[in-house]
Amino acid sequence: MSFKVIPKAALPDWIEQMRRSQRVVGPKPLHGQHVFGEIHGAAEIDLDYPTTVIPPKKYLFPQQEDLLTYKLDGSAPSVVQDAEPTVVLGLHTCDLHALHLLDRVFEKTHVDQPYMARRAKTTLVSIECLRPCMSHSFCKSMGTLSVTDGFDLHLTDLGDDYGVDVGTPKGAALLDGLKGVREATGDDRQRVNRIMTEKWPRFPLRLEFDVTELPSLLSVSYDSKLWDELGERCLACAMCTNVCPTCYCFNVADEVELTLTAGKRYRVWDSCQLDKFATVADGHNFRAKRGARQRHRFFRKGKYQTDAFGLLGCVGCGRCAQACLVDITPVDTWNELHRPATEGTKEAAA
Amino acid sequence: MSTPLRDTLSEPSIYLPTAATIADVRAVGKREKVFTFELPKGLSLAHQPGQFVELSILGVGEAPISISSSPSRSNGTFELCVRKAGDLTGVLHTLKAGDTVGVRGPFGRGFPIERFRGKDMLFAPGGLGLAPLRSLINQVLDERGNFGRVIIAYGARDPGELLFKDELERWAERSDVELHLTVDRGDETWSGPVGVITTLFPKIEVHARNTVAVTVGPPVMYRFVLMELLGKGLSEGNIWLSLERRMKCGVGKCGHCQINHLYACQSGPSFSYAEIKHLGEAL
Repeated sequence: MSFKVIPKAALPDWIEQMRRSQRVVGPKPLHGQHVFGEIHGAAEIDLDYPTTVIPPKKYLFPQQEDLLTYKLDGSAPSVVQDAEPTVVLGLHTCDLHALHLLDRVFEKTHVDQPYMARRAKTTLVSIECLRPCMSHSFCKSMGTLSVTDGFDLHLTDLGDDYGVDVGTPKGAALLDGLKGVREATGDDRQRVNRIMTEKWPRFPLRLEFDVTELPSLLSVSYDSKLWDELGERCLACAMCTNVCPTCYCFNVADEVELTLTAGKRYRVWDSCQLDKFATVADGHNFRAKRGARQRHRFFRKGKYQTDAFGLLGCVGCGRCAQACLVDITPVDTWNELHRPATEGTKEAAA
Repeated sequence: MSTPLRDTLSEPSIYLPTAATIADVRAVGKREKVFTFELPKGLSLAHQPGQFVELSILGVGEAPISISSSPSRSNGTFELCVRKAGDLTGVLHTLKAGDTVGVRGPFGRGFPIERFRGKDMLFAPGGLGLAPLRSLINQVLDERGNFGRVIIAYGARDPGELLFKDELERWAERSDVELHLTVDRGDETWSGPVGVITTLFPKIEVHARNTVAVTVGPPVMYRFVLMELLGKGLSEGNIWLSLERRMKCGVGKCGHCQINHLYACQSGPSFSYAEIKHLGEAL
């Protein structure tokens, strides 16, 4: 839409202004790490953060979310509608790409109202990453190192200012009446261009092949011995899926109050890595082996989601690799699958 | 005209069940009861054989249950045949006529009966697999003239586990139904064949090119039944089965029922063997 500039000095006013009409959440330090949490004032937010433990998807798809509440007197249950207007301030582009996928997942075929209600009330203000956040991230390989759309506002750190790419009218409205905001000049645009040019080489390419080959690589890797090897190491702890910005599998359960007069039905994050995830009523488990569960996870990330939704299921944030106690990582896994195939091709050619 | 229940799903939430009242309960096996449900006035289930509903009891939970009645016999009601197995089914078994539960659905893809018309039908239910297959069998029997032979090969663990005995008797009496029964273990009441379901197949001659087989049973049964059916020369596209999975949401989101890239609650649970034979997680 348009390109504006906000002086960093205006951040406190901006946050205060947004907070008058809605909740503002953003990255803030906690116990030596960063988490997304409510921002009450500019002193709390750290927009120059590396990454967060849990991605901001939790504001659209909470770890636990009530679907229905009811009384146990035979009356009809009520649908829980508790979405509150929220600005997610400072999400990285990997996490924004992940939300593109979740938007498609929850919109397709059957519209998932709990997600869509939160989505409609959420304003996304993303920020350009200028340095790699940690050794495990591989956003450049996954094509998520920057973003061209899907945000309401997108910030670029220009030193004393933020360059602001206005993506939607909803984003533009966040700036209404803010003192110090101005239209970008030719000089500002040149500053952004220089920063973008300088940032690109700082990020390593960590996949040893082009990511557009990933779905086809997986399609010939279903019977690889690597899955058994990963299964031997995997602890089935589900940390990888817990911290993943694109995972959305859930369980549904009921909980009755101690008075036994009322209760609720809620959904809660679940994981294909947990033992009983694919177990049916008679006890048969269709993915009993950990290797099969890891394969399922990597196929969802690199192929199934692409087949179904046209977007990769992995955005290269590196959280799963960081969280894994036994060093199972997407980069190592996919590179390992690619290597023998390449060697085989060379042998065949020779 | 009644409104199909699925049209009420979209608002305000796909997770909101509609109240259904139990009109009748009857035992059809040692651990199985058939529940007849009525939907609120003006609503009908409008299902296809092979589809399922999410059955819910507030305070207990929700589970996918295949529909056991045929659309041809709906009369505004539908039937679920439920084995007492877990928390939800345990509570359901204590309910009586007049009690209410919640339902969402119908979900999934049913059997493509329009493609079966004109064919000989070979039904091969195993154990509780008769519950969902009964929907299709009765639909076929209610438009009997549209089909060739109707062969039913039903196997259960023991005579007490043969479900729907009254209907089995009626099918046995019909000259246009070929009914074959077997039990894994006989008892003093049993004078029929003893053996697993596959022992019935050598006795059944089929015209392979004009036969559609539909088999529903426990996972372990499929591999052996498939070998028999393929051995008779049936084409992979003419062998249909229903894949049981733990469909928690029914709407293609929660991930529990995924078979490789397919969601059983969306693409299935009815599949032809041709559709799933290359999927490592199907059988």
